[in-house]
Amino acid sequence: MRTRFLSDTAALLGRSLRHVLRSPDTIITTSVMPIAFMLLFVYVFGGAVAAGPGRYVDYLLPGILVITIASGVSYTAFRLFLDMASGIFGRFQSLPIARSSVLWAHVLTSVVANAVSLAVVVLVALLMGFRSGAGVAAWLGIAGLLLLLTFTLTWLAVLPGLSAKSADGASAFSYPLIFLPFVSSAFVPTRTMPGPVRAFAEHQPVTSIVDTIRALFAGRPVGDDIWTALAWCVGVLVIAYVLAMAAFRRKLA
Amino acid sequence: MTEQEVPAIRVRGLEKAYKRLKVLRGVDFDVARGQVFALLGSNGAGKTTVVNILATLLKADAGTATVLGYDVATHGADVRESISLTGQFAAVDEILTGRENLVLIARLRHVKDPGAVADALLERVSLTDAAARRVATYSGGMRRRLDIAMSLIGSPPVIFLDEPTTGLDPQARLEVWAAVRELAGRGTTVLLTTQYLDEAEHLADRIAILHRGRIIVTGTLAELRALLPPAEVEYVERQPTLEDVFLALVGDEPPQDEPQQDEPRQDEPRQDGPGGAEPDRDAGDGHDVRAASEERQR
Repeated sequence: MRTRFLSDTAALLGRSLRHVLRSPDTIITTSVMPIAFMLLFVYVFGGAVAAGPGRYVDYLLPGILVITIASGVSYTAFRLFLDMASGIFGRFQSLPIARSSVLWAHVLTSVVANAVSLAVVVLVALLMGFRSGAGVAAWLGIAGLLLLLTFTLTWLAVLPGLSAKSADGASAFSYPLIFLPFVSSAFVPTRTMPGPVRAFAEHQPVTSIVDTIRALFAGRPVGDDIWTALAWCVGVLVIAYVLAMAAFRRKLA
Repeated sequence: MTEQEVPAIRVRGLEKAYKRLKVLRGVDFDVARGQVFALLGSNGAGKTTVVNILATLLKADAGTATVLGYDVATHGADVRESISLTGQFAAVDEILTGRENLVLIARLRHVKDPGAVADALLERVSLTDAAARRVATYSGGMRRRLDIAMSLIGSPPVIFLDEPTTGLDPQARLEVWAAVRELAGRGTTVLLTTQYLDEAEHLADRIAILHRGRIIVTGTLAELRALLPPAEVEYVERQPTLEDVFLALVGDEPPQDEPQQDEPRQDEPRQDGPGGAEPDRDAGDGHDVRAASEERQR
């Protein structure tokens, strides 16, 4: 059964990756909005933001990477919804396959597509003057945290993909995710925010993730932020996975 | 029980409700091995629900269903090894090419040499020339042919065809009929759902009429006919049906691969249309009308 799960997932992964390759606009759309935010904040607002010493683009990039993933995972919900609506989901489920491989293929496709989008965003940031003194271990840490966040948000996206009534509804779930970084330390330090907003910003997951990545890029010690970030990601991942699998089983009941 | 005694499909007391809407209210029927069995019913009669339960995509609220002796509720994996499903809407991947669709299903069915299997099937459903094109460019008939070809991979002994000709033009419909006959010729058990009376009449060895969640009658065409009073002999001028005219005008050629066909008219319009191949075709028309009106009276 194990080998079957792997070979079925591989076959279905090949299918979804072809979808991504044949509509490269999904990667472009995923990268364009974060890049536009980056241009807007660096060249329009950046001069007026007191984010401390150093280049503002260095401060900004971690939050932009989180936004990139948040907008990228909405394609998972979208593709999954289209599979349900077109009936090909039913065809796959009537085949002698490991049934959950259909979901895993979509999740892994999201990981690959988001990795490409993130690379594009980082390249643009480099062109805009972003520089990092991070060593190999720090870069690996950043990549690992972004990978974990992609997994978490993608499993979260499976839920609307399975249960939405329309394609727009399936992708709309990502709007709050894209908005969340704005009320965090992603764009401006939290210290200037009024009390309740500051309390929310400092205790929501994006701040700990962004602060960890920022520290890794700058070569500073990450402190406790990394444990808070990991706890959020793993906790939400487990909940999202359990809910997604329950929704998946309900679809076949 | 020996293998031959186990029917291909056995359904007993099947019930299913969506929220408070009772779709199936105790459905019973058997399909013998190698039979073409038509489940006939109007829209909303519950045909698709029956098929989805048999294909393990839905769970029944009550009753049992077995495929080749395997219970769909407890031995789903064994059932899925034995069946294939062609759903109501051609479930093909539009972004992939025709060949890629077939290779994908062949890999998922774990057959040897998926590429060769795909090529053989493309040949069989006359899609070889269109194999490298994305399915998005296919016509409705081509999609349906690909759809059915995808169901043939791995030669499952039981095939479900859920309204295979709904939405097809008359030529594509005849192509599907030919495919079903070929399956029957190879000994495959076919469960076919349809809302077209003539389709059941032409293809099925046995017909069951599903009405409001129950099977109201099952039998061969002759047995169903015997339910009505003997036919009175009337002399009626036989007018060609619009379908006869249409097919005679556009020609009844083997499947074309171009979605937009621009064929020359045949030099000699055919008198009998494709119906000439099916001697009982004309006799059926009057019967359909009576059967339909009979059903309305109940």
